[in-house]
Amino acid sequence: MKAKHQRLILAAFALVGVAGAGVLGASALRDEAAYFRTPAEVKAGKTIVNEPMRLGGMVAAGSIKRQADGLTIDFVATDGKASIPVQFTGIVPDLFAENSGMVADGRMRADGVFVADRILAKHDERYMPPQMGDMPKDMKVAPKV
Amino acid sequence: MIAELALALLWIAAALACLSLVAGIAFVRTGKDDLAALVRPASVAQGVLTAVSFALLITLFVRSDMSVELVARNSNSLKPMLFKVAGAWGNHEGSMLLWLTILGLSGALVALFEKRLRKDTLVATLGAQAALSLGFFAFLLFSSNPFKRLPVAPPDGQGLNPLLQDPGLAFHPPTLYVGYVGISVAFSFAVGALITREIGPAFARAMRPWVLGSWIFLTLGITAGSYWAYYELGWGGWWFWDPVENVSLVPWLAGAALLHSVSVTATRNALRAWTVMLAVIAFSMSMVGTFIVRSGLLTSVHSFAVDPERGTFLLALMAIYIGGALTLFALRAGAVAEGKKFALMSREGSLVINNLLLTTILALVLLGTLYPIVAEAMGEKISVGPPYYNKVAGPLALILCLVMVAGPLLSWRKDDGRKLWTRLPVAIFAGAVVLFGLVLFGGKVGVLPLLGMTVAGVVAVASLAPLWKRNLRRTPLPTFGMVIAHFGVAVALAGMGAESAFIKERLVAAAPGETVKVDDFSVKFVGAKPVAGPNYTAIRGTLVASTPAGASFTLHPEARMFPGLMGTAPTETNEAALLTRPGGQLYAVLGQPVPSADGASADRYQLRLWWKPLVWWIWLGGGLIAVGATLSLLGRAQILEIWRARRARKAQERFA
Repeated sequence: MKAKHQRLILAAFALVGVAGAGVLGASALRDEAAYFRTPAEVKAGKTIVNEPMRLGGMVAAGSIKRQADGLTIDFVATDGKASIPVQFTGIVPDLFAENSGMVADGRMRADGVFVADRILAKHDERYMPPQMGDMPKDMKVAPKV
Repeated sequence: MIAELALALLWIAAALACLSLVAGIAFVRTGKDDLAALVRPASVAQGVLTAVSFALLITLFVRSDMSVELVARNSNSLKPMLFKVAGAWGNHEGSMLLWLTILGLSGALVALFEKRLRKDTLVATLGAQAALSLGFFAFLLFSSNPFKRLPVAPPDGQGLNPLLQDPGLAFHPPTLYVGYVGISVAFSFAVGALITREIGPAFARAMRPWVLGSWIFLTLGITAGSYWAYYELGWGGWWFWDPVENVSLVPWLAGAALLHSVSVTATRNALRAWTVMLAVIAFSMSMVGTFIVRSGLLTSVHSFAVDPERGTFLLALMAIYIGGALTLFALRAGAVAEGKKFALMSREGSLVINNLLLTTILALVLLGTLYPIVAEAMGEKISVGPPYYNKVAGPLALILCLVMVAGPLLSWRKDDGRKLWTRLPVAIFAGAVVLFGLVLFGGKVGVLPLLGMTVAGVVAVASLAPLWKRNLRRTPLPTFGMVIAHFGVAVALAGMGAESAFIKERLVAAAPGETVKVDDFSVKFVGAKPVAGPNYTAIRGTLVASTPAGASFTLHPEARMFPGLMGTAPTETNEAALLTRPGGQLYAVLGQPVPSADGASADRYQLRLWWKPLVWWIWLGGGLIAVGATLSLLGRAQILEIWRARRARKAQERFA
């Protein structure tokens, strides 16, 4: 193979690779842009039932209810504008409490309840999900549901 | 006195770095030998002084000298000794000093032992290394002085983030730092060679041990970090695609690409521009990693302080180094462009594809990590989660593994593609067996785990093929290294696939005496009672796991409570209990007590049990990769040869 030929083929490979990666990344990111939602966005109909997503919000005051099985809890996630009931079966992280921020991975059920597979509370008490930075700081009294 | 002495030593070391840099520049411009003679001792002295200063910082932590602000904020006299020592680098300032220490010591090593390069290239390399040190000295001395005194010493310190109170922490950051800094040496070599236009096999051979060495440490650091997250966070996952994990993965990917391309340059004098470029990319990625993690852009256990001034400083340093290197690269483009030719179907060709795939994965992971930060700056809040990474990185990684199957079996320069197939029947057979076995008996297995385990089967067999019909005693060490590292990839891949395909989970609220079934284990919850640790209290559960064969094992998962020290908030952590068996691991987490229906008593506890088949193969694979790279390093650095030559010379001198 001629040297020029070979370099052309290599360059073509690299170009195809870069273009393919770009397309792959962009399409995956577009799906992903819908990944994190606040309760207000969920209420506005921005989510698809049963698609994996991440819900972020504050745990509304007085909303945590423990079920008799000792494992399932129900609570309400709110961002001050809207509220979404959440159900979670499992061990909640240590920092999970009413009136504090949380992020849950899971999916919306058809009846409007968010079923969480995992609740994230990051490693330290100063942690606030970055997506919630704009939420009113004085949201101590969560709206009635 | 200790703190003041250590600070003075740091200033002297910084001055020596300055001297190395100036003398290096002057030598490259004038070629006067006495200038070059300055650079080596200055580099060595700088490394030694910085190391002494760091040792003094550790002394301050060991003595719990609370008059030093850093100690008061990050230590406590009640802490166990190991964590007092580790506390020295479990914070921003101390970790930057550790970084500088390693940077200085590796500069000293280059100055003492590098004999293969031309003198001007070596001096230029040491000059580049000094320029790097100088930037970080400025950062440390002007914006993060670790030796600052408090006007009034508090009675005791605030302690260390309890999550970080773990033996793993003592070794995780230093390991990663050695990896990052090793890459910076590779970068300095690239800059040095660009300056003197000595880009070829000699430069590649001098750089290769550093690339290999740093990559070993990155591999170990990532493997250890993954295991730490696995047992310490109590979530049972081994990789979360957390931004902090990603920024350690990205330099690792760049390092993997670089160590393969540097081999091509060393052996075949090809891919010269690409090797230099990769050295710049790899270093940029380790800078980006440090910047993102330390600047507080990401809030996590790794960002010790949120301080915009520091972030800006690091960003400026990064811009200077990376921009400077790229400018130099552009100026020297003529000197690096031409290399030896090769056909696409050849060892070099497969390594080019390997490099393209690695850099593509790197770019996609970096995109996913940075995109939310950029989007947030533009007012939009999104988060990129595991689905993205699995979708983009998973398939590419599998293709990469297939290239890894073919590459080592091709000859250099030019090979016949049809002959390749005749070398692979056993490997393809192994893959087919795994695939059919899984489809027939595996039940419902996801596509990615299924393909992963199949490819692992192919790679495991094919990776051994280079040793086939060879005289093992005459096989060079680097070949063994390659075989073991590639085999390690197969082992890790099999572990990942098996864990995600066959994991079993049980979540219960158990009363004492109750027995829970998970996979083949019967786990009896004996009870839970409070215990006291050195600086925490805990609820300690007792579980007895029995196998069908009749063996039984006791596990003690704990929920620990760390009191707030000196005004900080109390913290709770979950200590998972692990039972390692040949077939996998049993993972137990003790949750909260469950109030009974009338709310009067709490006799039941939440328990989460996982059976994770082959999960420890993941870290075993990581370890094998590191072992393979180490063998390769020993072969390449020719430590044995150097030692023999020195002995022979000594013997000669004695006779003379």
